[in-house]
Amino acid sequence: MARKSFLEAIRDAQFEEMKRDPSVFMMGEDLATNLFGTTTGLAEAFGTERVRNTPISEAGFIGAAAGAAMVGMRPIVDVTIASFIYPAMDQLVSIVAKSRYLYGGQARLPLVLRLSLFYGNSTAAQHSDRPYPMLMAVPGLKIIVPSNALEVKGLLKSAVRDDDPVLCFEDAGLWSSRMEIPDEEEVLVPIGKAAVRREGRDVTVVALAASVSESLAAAAELAKEGVSVEVIDPRTLAPLDVETILRSVRKTGRLIAVDPAHRTCSAASEIAATVAERAFGALRAPVLRVTAPDTHVPFSPPLEARLFPNKARILEAVRTVIGFDPAASPRRAGA
Amino acid sequence: MTRTDADLWRELYRRMVRIRTFEDEAGRLASVGEIPGALHTAAGQEGEVVGACMALRRDDYMVGNHRSHGHPIAKGAALRPLMAELFGKRTGVCRGKGGSMHLADFSVGSLGETSIVGSGMPVAVGAALGAKLKGTDRVTLCFFGDGASNEGTFHESLNLAAIWRLPVIFLCENNGYGATTRASTVMAVANVADRAQAYAIPGSIVDGQDVVLVYEEVLAAAERARRGEGPALIEAKTYRYADHAVNLGPGFAIDRGEELARWRQRDPIALFKARMLEAAIAQTEVALIEAQVAAEVADAVEFARSSPFPSFEEAFEDVFVERLPLPESPSGCA
Repeated sequence: MARKSFLEAIRDAQFEEMKRDPSVFMMGEDLATNLFGTTTGLAEAFGTERVRNTPISEAGFIGAAAGAAMVGMRPIVDVTIASFIYPAMDQLVSIVAKSRYLYGGQARLPLVLRLSLFYGNSTAAQHSDRPYPMLMAVPGLKIIVPSNALEVKGLLKSAVRDDDPVLCFEDAGLWSSRMEIPDEEEVLVPIGKAAVRREGRDVTVVALAASVSESLAAAAELAKEGVSVEVIDPRTLAPLDVETILRSVRKTGRLIAVDPAHRTCSAASEIAATVAERAFGALRAPVLRVTAPDTHVPFSPPLEARLFPNKARILEAVRTVIGFDPAASPRRAGA
Repeated sequence: MTRTDADLWRELYRRMVRIRTFEDEAGRLASVGEIPGALHTAAGQEGEVVGACMALRRDDYMVGNHRSHGHPIAKGAALRPLMAELFGKRTGVCRGKGGSMHLADFSVGSLGETSIVGSGMPVAVGAALGAKLKGTDRVTLCFFGDGASNEGTFHESLNLAAIWRLPVIFLCENNGYGATTRASTVMAVANVADRAQAYAIPGSIVDGQDVVLVYEEVLAAAERARRGEGPALIEAKTYRYADHAVNLGPGFAIDRGEELARWRQRDPIALFKARMLEAAIAQTEVALIEAQVAAEVADAVEFARSSPFPSFEEAFEDVFVERLPLPESPSGCA
């Protein structure tokens, strides 16, 4: 075992996969400079042909990743900050997501895009987006949202081995968090499988990325009050492991969906809608979403600090649904 | 003329006629509704299409665009699956998922066509990068139009290919128009090839109506690329006879007056046919090629017509490598 940070775990995943498979290579801006610490020693180990610095040309190198994947390579593209995907949206949506489909299965696109969720640190609206919900609406893209160092290592390694395009959204709030990671055995986390992070009876909290640790902290506090919270980490948003979420809600009868994205059409919205459609009969309280509100992310720290899901907001949401009395709801009262 | 040259010339002619006949027939079938959707034809451009593709090896890569029936044909793709694709049939080369603007035949190196203008250019760069990283000497031919040269992807792609010295040939098919807009009114430079100097790569202009000139120009660029000398930009001056697309409505029709008649005088197929006859290729041989192609296209239409449509379940295949779960009734779809 070795104690590793989230960023070191990313670096190790890339190192191991490049060592294992010569078709894996990396592209991105400033890779050689090792901006955030995810490429330490990689250029020295594998050379600059495989650890390839790019110009600031997102459409160019993301499209090039698609082309290279179509002829048998396995690119890992470091997009750095998630908002930088926007200049390449056509390449992502029209080419990466659709080429396999349009060409009737002739193409495989085994590529990974790494994008950091760079919110909560005063970089203002253009740099702070959490754009995975809009991309969940694009068929053909797999989306992972790792919640700790062990998860990012295992999910990223699985992403590199996956034969479809995978977008890995890396929460910058987790970058320095450390965990014990086994080094004597290979760490692989399957794509498309949720994890139950804490078992509970009264409320299901589905949370993703850095919201998972906030939810676990809230659950620990609620346990002292006698409220038993189950925390589920979907780990993958597309394809979403609906069954694990439904199984939990059928047991607890209550759902809180926690998501640092904007509220409208968030991942939390999709989870809430799915539960409302498929587990309506099990619900004992309204489904609540704890998300960022539908405003832009402001630069000023005290304003920004209040926008994202945290332990206090999750506590409030859980207490609301626990205190909810179905008999007193207007619908029942009028019936 | 050597025997090899005569074989090459016959094949150049065969493929040009194949494209013209295929598109004429497809256009007719689209106008009567037998082929669904819009159809962007390229009659008039066959010289540059065939000249460029015939300069490649079968295992070289090629990326097309929305006006692109001819590119896979020129690269050697079979006609039956191409025509069936236009019909939206299961036997189509893309199993009925792509249609006219998204043909691909990976078996001949045709890596697909993209219908958002300019979007195939980074893909071509990536294919060339992949070929280089794998240590092969394959080159990639990237077709794009005058319109695409005003897109950001043009700049990004040429710059990437230049700095990485990638084996890619950017072949601009300048047919004079982006949809209905005259190219000269939306470009400050006279030639797309003039832009090559911004990337420090060779830029050249070739008469797109002369299939042999295009063949020679692309062959030279491909040889340089195989030697590791990097990319080239070649601008083929050409012309399309038809309006932007069949089945998109009368709004796309433009009056090109004398210009159209002038270009028809320089039809690439007619010019090359005269040259073949001058070079003592027998009239009977030329006629045989034409008859064989007509039969091939008729066979492809019959194949397409008699093929089944895909099953509804196939709409959920090829989103990912593993098939998607089918939608649940009643919330999903009919």
